[in-house]
Amino acid sequence: MAKRHVTTTVNGEPREFLCEVDQTLLDALRDELGLTGSKEGCGSGDCGACSVMLDGRLVCACLALAVEAEGREVETIEGMAEGERLHPLQRTFLEEAALQCGICTPGFLVAAKALLDRDLDPSETEIRYWLAGNLCRCTGYDKIVRAVQKAAAEMRAEA
Amino acid sequence: MSDSASRFKWVGTRPVRPDGLDKVTGRANFGADFTMPGMLVGRIVRSPHAHARIAGIDASAALAVPGVKAVVTAEDFPEIPDGELMVGEGPMNFRDLSCNVMARDKALYDGHAVAAVAATSRAAAEEAVDRIRVDYEVLPHVVDVLEAMEPDAPLLHETMFTEGVEPKPERPSNVASRCEFTLGDLDSGFAAADVVVEGEYVTEAVHQGYIEPHAAVASVGEDGQCTVWCSSQGQFMVRAYCAKLLGMENSQIRVTPSEIGGGFGGKTTIYVEPVALALSRKAGRPVKIVMDRDEVFRATGPTSSAHVKVRVGATRDGKITAGDAELRFQAGAFSGSHVQLGCMCGFAPYDIDNVRTVGYDVVVNRPKCAAYRAPGAPMAAFGVESALDDLAEKLGMDPLELRLANAAREGTKAAYGPKFREIGYAETVEAALSHEHYRAKLGPNQGRGVASGFWFNIGGQTSAALHINEDGTAVVVDPNPDIGGSRASMAIMAAEVLGIDYDRVRPIVPDTSSVPYSDMTGGSRVTFSVGMAVVEAGQKVIEELRNRAAKIWDVDPDGVVWENGEARPASSNVGEFEPLSLTALAESSAKTGGPISGQATINARGVGPGFGTHVCDVEVDPETGGVTVLRYTAVQDVGRAIHPSYVEGQLQGGAVQGIGWALNEEYVYSEAGTLENPGFLDYRVPVASDLPMIDTVLVEVPNPRHPYGVRGVGEVPIVPPLAAVANAIYHACGTRMNHLPASPPRLLAALDAAKLPEAAD
Amino acid sequence: MRSVRYEAPATVEEAVALLSDAGGEAKPLAGGTDLIVQMRARMISPGVIVDVKNIPDLLEVRAQDGGFRVGAAVPGAVLGENEAVVAMWPGVVEAFELIGSTQIQGRASLGGNLCNASPAADSTPAMIAAGVTCEIAGPGGRREAPVEDIVTSPGKTSLGNGEFVVSFYLPPRPARTGDAYLRFIPRTEMDIAVVGAGVCVTLDEGGTCTAARVGLGAVAPTPLLVAEAADALVGTRLDDDAMANLAAAASAACNPIDDKRGTITYRTKVAGVLARRAAGIASERARSN
Repeated sequence: MAKRHVTTTVNGEPREFLCEVDQTLLDALRDELGLTGSKEGCGSGDCGACSVMLDGRLVCACLALAVEAEGREVETIEGMAEGERLHPLQRTFLEEAALQCGICTPGFLVAAKALLDRDLDPSETEIRYWLAGNLCRCTGYDKIVRAVQKAAAEMRAEA
Repeated sequence: MSDSASRFKWVGTRPVRPDGLDKVTGRANFGADFTMPGMLVGRIVRSPHAHARIAGIDASAALAVPGVKAVVTAEDFPEIPDGELMVGEGPMNFRDLSCNVMARDKALYDGHAVAAVAATSRAAAEEAVDRIRVDYEVLPHVVDVLEAMEPDAPLLHETMFTEGVEPKPERPSNVASRCEFTLGDLDSGFAAADVVVEGEYVTEAVHQGYIEPHAAVASVGEDGQCTVWCSSQGQFMVRAYCAKLLGMENSQIRVTPSEIGGGFGGKTTIYVEPVALALSRKAGRPVKIVMDRDEVFRATGPTSSAHVKVRVGATRDGKITAGDAELRFQAGAFSGSHVQLGCMCGFAPYDIDNVRTVGYDVVVNRPKCAAYRAPGAPMAAFGVESALDDLAEKLGMDPLELRLANAAREGTKAAYGPKFREIGYAETVEAALSHEHYRAKLGPNQGRGVASGFWFNIGGQTSAALHINEDGTAVVVDPNPDIGGSRASMAIMAAEVLGIDYDRVRPIVPDTSSVPYSDMTGGSRVTFSVGMAVVEAGQKVIEELRNRAAKIWDVDPDGVVWENGEARPASSNVGEFEPLSLTALAESSAKTGGPISGQATINARGVGPGFGTHVCDVEVDPETGGVTVLRYTAVQDVGRAIHPSYVEGQLQGGAVQGIGWALNEEYVYSEAGTLENPGFLDYRVPVASDLPMIDTVLVEVPNPRHPYGVRGVGEVPIVPPLAAVANAIYHACGTRMNHLPASPPRLLAALDAAKLPEAAD
Repeated sequence: MRSVRYEAPATVEEAVALLSDAGGEAKPLAGGTDLIVQMRARMISPGVIVDVKNIPDLLEVRAQDGGFRVGAAVPGAVLGENEAVVAMWPGVVEAFELIGSTQIQGRASLGGNLCNASPAADSTPAMIAAGVTCEIAGPGGRREAPVEDIVTSPGKTSLGNGEFVVSFYLPPRPARTGDAYLRFIPRTEMDIAVVGAGVCVTLDEGGTCTAARVGLGAVAPTPLLVAEAADALVGTRLDDDAMANLAAAASAACNPIDDKRGTITYRTKVAGVLARRAAGIASERARSN
């Protein structure tokens, strides 16, 4: 069966790739574009390790077809830092030891950024519910929540 | 507080981990992130039956699918005789391991691998999987540990005769072995008791739940030399196990560890690695196998489900006189549950004169269990610590005071054999007692539970190297996969011993050909053992640096000391010399004897056992059986925290895994013996909104047999939570949950059952 | 190997043509949060995927005759940001927003939640309670049907060949009316409902209940509209007795199964508890409206 040609924007850059119709956006990002920062933990939308932004909405890349990216904008963990400058969340995750093995970290960062992009002053409860779709098996979430709180506070101070 | 601040420059500080940047930018390469040119996709055919004889496998239709390059079955692996062989890590039954990796004659559980294919695309490989015809003769199955012990239970292995009983049984059974540990005299201990409590405690099987599925890329060359890239808790383990299963020598296989996306014990064995090798050998191309999540649940891990009986006697004033426990653990389809470790751990926190623990290792039609964080201990502690809660209530004693009164201390003879040296168990109980949490007010339907836990921690064979670069920076060669921040600890200890800046030390985790053998990342051994090796390597480097300085100054090496990262004359008698920094010595190394490096190979001894005490508050919804964890504090003797943030992280993560075990995680099997919930939707690990912050208290009773006082910390924190949560539920609603998880349907049924007598009144 | 075709029609008519031409082989794709999971698990393998998200009708939220017309592919995150809809039918929106994670909310749709036809769909009992109807397009033109008429058994709907749901109509809310939805799950997020209960009540000026609708999920092969539970409320002042009768009627209507998520006993009992609690919230809302 002929592959589909998809023209899309990934992390602000125009990209093209060929994919099968039933290939997920996650597989296309990883296998066709070499963007392996988005991880597959479950393939069913239950773990959030593949979190990306699709036209400004937080989604699981494993639950979108690659063909759906046609003409749309995708943002991944690889686009989060601006050159050498880390996003405040990337920095606070390091400072607060909010990762142990690090497999869930890209998904948490993309999801947490989506939260802070719309609300710079979320409560602890709001952070916890917003991130409920991102599983972490190492940290017990404590330091992740604190890192998000710290980044939010810093971003509020700068805003 | 700790004395670290005054004595150490780096130990006890919280620098950013060396591998952190790659992990927050998506650059870090995990198991599934590696690719090779010409690589094929491997997929595994798995049994849909819990127990079936494999009458035949016909792969002809699969091989006819375009793009399919190879199919392997058990025929492609050498048949290994039964019995245990020594490898680096210890005894291992490689026949069982081989049969678990690829079923031979019988499929023993739902999800058991029976064949594998390699093809040019995932779609072709899946098509081929569908077209492999396996002729199954379905057999009766058993998944429950007590049912499997019945004389008429379906038999998994005709050759299994219970070990550890006299006389040797005449009939085979599913009971692989019996073990027993005794101290003192149980009968006189109970005779001396004024109060006796007893109970039966059941826990369900849970999975380690690492977010990264197993993944491996294997490439076999025409000369028989192989390379494997994979995620595991030990590249040397992967090398040795694969070599045994494929009939190779260790030198034929080079294993490069990827970053590991969680393991918790579940990646201390192999699954896809030898299969990828066998496929690559047959296809002549590299093969990558990445498990789907349902394969992870159906065929890897989990831990045992367990049935534990406990009886404890004490005098009226709270001195425990006797402890008795019987543990029955299912091991999955092959022997080797961690029941023996459970037997050793249950009563370990306590100074009791008369103890007996008996364990049974039982096979059932479930995936072969794997280690899971303090394997065996949580189930045993759930029983003992629940019974102690009942005992405290009967005695009218505070449950922490009861524990303190019976706490094991230096010199206490543990029921499993050794005499404890310096331990900090009592200190954890005292810290919990004096914590503000323990006095905080509770509301209606709320309750507080406490429990303690023990883990041995281990040392073992370990290597490390410290290379000084030409510019005076350093490389730490750390042979153990970094599962939770250990590279940061190694860099801290290397910087401390050398007296240089942390930022000038870079740790790496190399392949099996680049560093001497090291045991796996497990048993909470890495910061202890590799840290010890790093310090020893560092001392060798310092000795060499003193030699180099002596050469430059033309003095005796004994006249040179190493202080604050510089060589100095030991005294003015040696002469007046400006100190030589590490950088200066490194830059001049060509003139003083060449590159500077130190290597240590040790069998680390002198582990410090670990103890923890947890306090948990819950609220129970009496109408739905829902449980909310309101507050949680984990106290642990950590020896000395090298990087306190990652030590706290171990306590928090372990506590939350224990909370999941206590509340909602469980393997659910159908009548047909198939796993009903092989996904994160219905295998319910805790999510962020389920939890409060997890407070930690790091008690530091340094281990005097480690250069920086390290004890292992990773495993203890999963031991107390099962009972801490169950005890909290009891104090919230008056119903004791003897069967975990205390999922809402199970708890509501227990609450309603407890109400029935009232209704009858 | 089976080949899959992907189509992204721009009009309802094109979509109908694609769906009816393919017979049962075609599947509409909205958020994909059920469809793609089922494809990946190889539970289904459709011949044609008809992505309906390029059809404007499916993505719009607009006021209509005092109520709202909500496109069948509108994601939960979008509807949740619509303050007017939230103010009018908070129960429907909160039920919709309970589906899955923040990530799922970025994609999941009301149309998908309904037509996936799970007995445990969260938004369906809430829509049933609120009296929501849906517009269905098909080869025979368009028709409007009550939500409770769509699901016929687990995984099956009353939609004919070539039919699909275009939009939902949330009717104008009568005075002194409030709706609410509660579900029980073992965790706080990410689970499928073990029991779901949607309740809508209308009060008169004196506080007596004049109308009520009760929808239940995950307690029978289909989401239920439980008239007996509503009857327990109508004519009462929603006092403790009425609430107890509501709970009893809700429990009595249950015909659940034992499965990995809950037992018959558990679901039956908790259905009553949740109906009562949801009615409490709904009545609070009705009083303040």
